[in-house]
Amino acid sequence: MVAACTLALVTAGGLVTSNDAALAVPDWPLNWGRLVPPLEGGIRFEFAHRVLALLVAALTAWLAVWMQRREPRPWMRRLAWWAFAAVVAQALLGGALVKLIDPKVLAIAHASLAEICFGLTVAIVAGYYGAGGAGNWVARLAAAVLFLQAVLGAAVRHGALGVAPHIVGAVIAAGVAMWASLGVMMKHLDQGEMPRPAVALLVFTAVQIFSGLAAYSVRAASVQDPQPMPLTVWTTVAHLVIGAGTLGAAIVLAMTSEGGKPTSR
Amino acid sequence: MRKIWITAGVACVLTLAGCGGGEKPAPKADAGATPAASGAATPDMDNGATITGKVIFDGTAPARKTLDMSAVPACTAAHKTPAKSEELIVGADKGVKNAFVWIKSGLPADKTWAVPTTAVAITQEGCMYTPHVVGIMAGQNLDIKNGDPTNHNIHPMPKVNADFNQSQPPGAADIEHVFPREEVLVPVKCNIHPWMRAYIGVVSHPFYAVTGDDGTYTIKGLPPGTYTIEMVHEHWLDQPQDQTITVGAKDNKTQDFTLKG
Repeated sequence: MVAACTLALVTAGGLVTSNDAALAVPDWPLNWGRLVPPLEGGIRFEFAHRVLALLVAALTAWLAVWMQRREPRPWMRRLAWWAFAAVVAQALLGGALVKLIDPKVLAIAHASLAEICFGLTVAIVAGYYGAGGAGNWVARLAAAVLFLQAVLGAAVRHGALGVAPHIVGAVIAAGVAMWASLGVMMKHLDQGEMPRPAVALLVFTAVQIFSGLAAYSVRAASVQDPQPMPLTVWTTVAHLVIGAGTLGAAIVLAMTSEGGKPTSR
Repeated sequence: MRKIWITAGVACVLTLAGCGGGEKPAPKADAGATPAASGAATPDMDNGATITGKVIFDGTAPARKTLDMSAVPACTAAHKTPAKSEELIVGADKGVKNAFVWIKSGLPADKTWAVPTTAVAITQEGCMYTPHVVGIMAGQNLDIKNGDPTNHNIHPMPKVNADFNQSQPPGAADIEHVFPREEVLVPVKCNIHPWMRAYIGVVSHPFYAVTGDDGTYTIKGLPPGTYTIEMVHEHWLDQPQDQTITVGAKDNKTQDFTLKG
């Protein structure tokens, strides 16, 4: 549930950026000087993002405390506390963005830390269901490259970079992700059962390539139109969310011993 | 170790609480800003030169795009017919409206120009800025009004001047602001209604103009000299056009610009 809420939060953050609504609420932590602002236009996106952030912070805190009491593996307990710390840092970063009027560096850091928050919650879920082995180094490389690709994507979205580095990064990230997933799948061909994380990474990677092409094409086609166009918003946010899913799949694969079977809890 | 983390956390929170910009504009002039000098010069309307001209669109004029205001009924209700984008308005005679024309260089460096005491107003009406493009002198008051029955936030995005972002509910007092430094053009947006855009040309002297419906402009009272005159349009914001022009006393010169579609 925490991972799902975190993904919802990432989606809400994407909607805020795509709708250019980050500064629709000029104050923080209050909203237009009160708890609930007037809900219109871009304020709705920003306020929903803040409410979801509060929910995720509460859930992550609850998860960390719960795991502290129930989870026997120290690394899992640490992971939960790291997730909570990352969410708190993310909230403070969000506040700084509002106070400092959306400097690009902070905006990119905010988007990047969101991926880390999501990745940590995915790792906790994977760990809960038994993953946690040394895993596959190519999958770990894939997770790292996909994260860097997400940072590049954030830089493009916030106008710090042109799209070219992100496209080059996409080719590299797709190559490494396919290498990681296909490598594991090849190993398991004779066992008649495909390891789910490897299949998931391959599918997410393929869908992500097409969603990226769709987002770029729609943006290019509507460049003369008054922005934000709904189709531009949704294709871009879909690309962002599928990208987070791809990263999540790579993390699960990286945590799964031999890429297929979870290690015992 | 724990104390270090706690101290760092408290410092972060205090920094966030204390750092400014989110709500309050910064109207004070700073070092390097245009001074409001006593005995400053004013344009000599009797003996100064006049430059007139037209900004012409070369190509097939694109149709103005319809703005989608459907998410905010108060905005939609303010327009009898769907509002159109003001990003590029080409008149019947190919004149381009809302281009900003100004004397970029050539004025005596030691001369300071009197800043008008009257404010330049921008009004939010029908969830659009009126005027869409406006010129103002550095140091002159900018008066931002909300004439709408809905909420706005004012968010200029200057690169040279300090930026600010301030909410303005319906019926709220006007927001007053001063840009202390020359900067052409400063985009202004509302993050609540993302189609809203305005542009402010902040100039350190009074020799600027915004083209009207027919694409023409007039700059009056210019001292004799050789100048770089620049035209900037929001649709080609990163492609300003510069021309050199020499004027004598009481001259009437013409300087046209062409924007290729």
